[in-house]
Amino acid sequence: MALIQADNITKSYRVGDMNVPALKGLSFEIGEGAFAAFVGPSGSGKTTLLNLLGCLDHPSSGTLKVNGTDISTLSRSVAATFRGENLGFIFQDFNLVPVLSAYENIEYPLLMVRGWSPEKRRERVEKMIAAVGMTEHAHKRPDQLSGGQKQRVAVARALVGEPKLVLADEPTANLDHDTAYRILELMKSMRDSFGTSFIFSTHDPKIMGEAELTFTLEDGRLVRQGGEACPPR
Amino acid sequence: MSSTLKLAWRNLTRYRRRTLLTALLIMLGVMALLLFVAAAGSFKQTMIGSITDSMLGHLQIHRRGYTASIDNLPLNLNLQPNAVGKIESALKAEPEIAAYSLRVKLGAMFSNFTENTSVRLNGIDPVAEDSTVPALRQRINDGDRTGPLVAPGKVLIPTLIARGMKVKVGDAVVLVVTNASGSVNGKNFVVSGILDGVTGPGGRDGYIHIDDARDLLRMDKPEVMEVAVRLKSLKSLAAMQQRLNARLDEIQNKEGKPATELHLWSDLSPFANIVRMIDMMTLFIRIMLVAIVLVSVMNVMLMAVYERIREIGTLAAIGTQPGKLMAIFLAEGLLLGLAGAAAGIALSYALVGYLNLNPVVFAFGREQITLRPVLELAEVAGVLGLAVLVSALASLQPAWRAARMDPIQALRHV
Ligand SMILES: Nc1ncnc2c1ncn2[C@@H]1O[C@H](COP(=O)(O)OP(=O)(O)O)[C@@H](O)[C@H]1O
Ligand SMILES: [Mg+2]
Repeated sequence: MALIQADNITKSYRVGDMNVPALKGLSFEIGEGAFAAFVGPSGSGKTTLLNLLGCLDHPSSGTLKVNGTDISTLSRSVAATFRGENLGFIFQDFNLVPVLSAYENIEYPLLMVRGWSPEKRRERVEKMIAAVGMTEHAHKRPDQLSGGQKQRVAVARALVGEPKLVLADEPTANLDHDTAYRILELMKSMRDSFGTSFIFSTHDPKIMGEAELTFTLEDGRLVRQGGEACPPR
Repeated sequence: MSSTLKLAWRNLTRYRRRTLLTALLIMLGVMALLLFVAAAGSFKQTMIGSITDSMLGHLQIHRRGYTASIDNLPLNLNLQPNAVGKIESALKAEPEIAAYSLRVKLGAMFSNFTENTSVRLNGIDPVAEDSTVPALRQRINDGDRTGPLVAPGKVLIPTLIARGMKVKVGDAVVLVVTNASGSVNGKNFVVSGILDGVTGPGGRDGYIHIDDARDLLRMDKPEVMEVAVRLKSLKSLAAMQQRLNARLDEIQNKEGKPATELHLWSDLSPFANIVRMIDMMTLFIRIMLVAIVLVSVMNVMLMAVYERIREIGTLAAIGTQPGKLMAIFLAEGLLLGLAGAAAGIALSYALVGYLNLNPVVFAFGREQITLRPVLELAEVAGVLGLAVLVSALASLQPAWRAARMDPIQALRHV
């Protein structure tokens, strides 16, 4: 069974009296252990789609299954639980909690979402912080870290709860090219070591080459999957 | 729980100046309330003490109707020996009663052989009076403070008369009385002491021995105008009033109505109104404190939520439950209120300690009052509880906003 099954999902936003369609009927599948990217110009619907995959929003129509669960109609608190248990998030602006150290940021999901015991937490956080190469910066606050270091911490935070899937909306948009490349390498090596699937979005053609599976979005439609053009629906 | 508090504390210290200012405001409010209560409490205590211990007693029993015309010191509203006996046995049945004193009250003409003036007198039994109003002897500013309060043939006179009539301790004076049947009677007395006046009715009375008073009035039976009662503790006053009223209501006159009336010190002294005013002011300051805490904490927490919208979106996105988000912000507001209140309490204790080492003395009427403020534990706990409760209340709406926030909207916020 595929990790993600999207069947003809649409999403439109209400702006005043108007319905603005952002996604216009998308169907695709992504398997476990994927390293997939949604690419496309700004406004093509990448963020909207990742929000749906991340259980942060409901599709307007169609069905969307993540890890076998139909997430089209989850309630607020059930969706929060689902995200906490199955998903990890990496953000364009890193979004670390500024009053917490690198270590504490990584620990946060285990402490405040999962409620793990201190020993289990320590063991797990130390493993993750080492895996992203941030052990020596463990006690620094985010404002003492560079952009690349922050995103490493964010990668560790996304992975610390051993989610099935990590979603990253333009994770490299605020990084220079070399750093962006290294973050993607880090993500890929994490996929290799932990088997976690990664789905990220980007509008940068140089970055999209890193993905093993690319979906190209244009104006809310899937126009290309891998090398092949999608049949118009 | 502790991790929520830790996060709350970190966020408070993130905006150090704003947190400090708000905590300072709460601290000042708490101090204003605690210091006022402590100082006013000391003032109240001193005044009530001086009124009850040196003059009124804690409560008084009269023949029904006597208090209404007490200004004229009527001679025809006496408690008859039979009633006095019943009152005495009622009082003796109450273990909470420390002492009581039977008083014969009368108005007299005071003469120093050249001039006359009128004086209000209490005829008392020195031992009973001494145990009922133990501070009376401290009002003797000239004369013997250590012996019996007043011996037969002696009179304690108020300072005003001593000064006005130029009378000193040891001088001979004459007291002339018109009794209930209209006959006039006079007697020689020696001034044995001069009494400081105190605020309120009876504060400028003279004292003679009860036998002399009855002699002057030519009483053929041991009648009494007033029974002053002292309790072991003022705390039992209200309960005692109820119990005594029940007992005294059984003493009835010929029409079958209660023959006596019982009044608390607060019914008899105008100072009770000042006490009520102080209590009103305390209430007012309490309301101010609530307003200060409510407005300042709510203001800070609304700002905190507004500033951290993206952070809230992030925490929500990675699976933090709405209830947990709410707890994070509630804890923050609560901690802020707690910190301000704790600082206020600590400083209040310090200031009260200082005031007790370096007492403030001020004059209230004729009296020198030394402030000995005391912070009652119950009051301190109450203020702390109030500040924490109101802080939580003030954070409720901002915290609710944070918990209800849509993660997508929040993450898009710039
Ligand atoms: N909250 C929203 N309200 C209204 N329109 C939106 C909202 N979010 C996105 N859109 C619109 O949906 C379309 C897709 O946006 P988005 O998913 O952000 O694209 P991308 O991430 O590829 O730049 C755009 O036209 C955008 O203006
Ligand atoms: Mg986008």
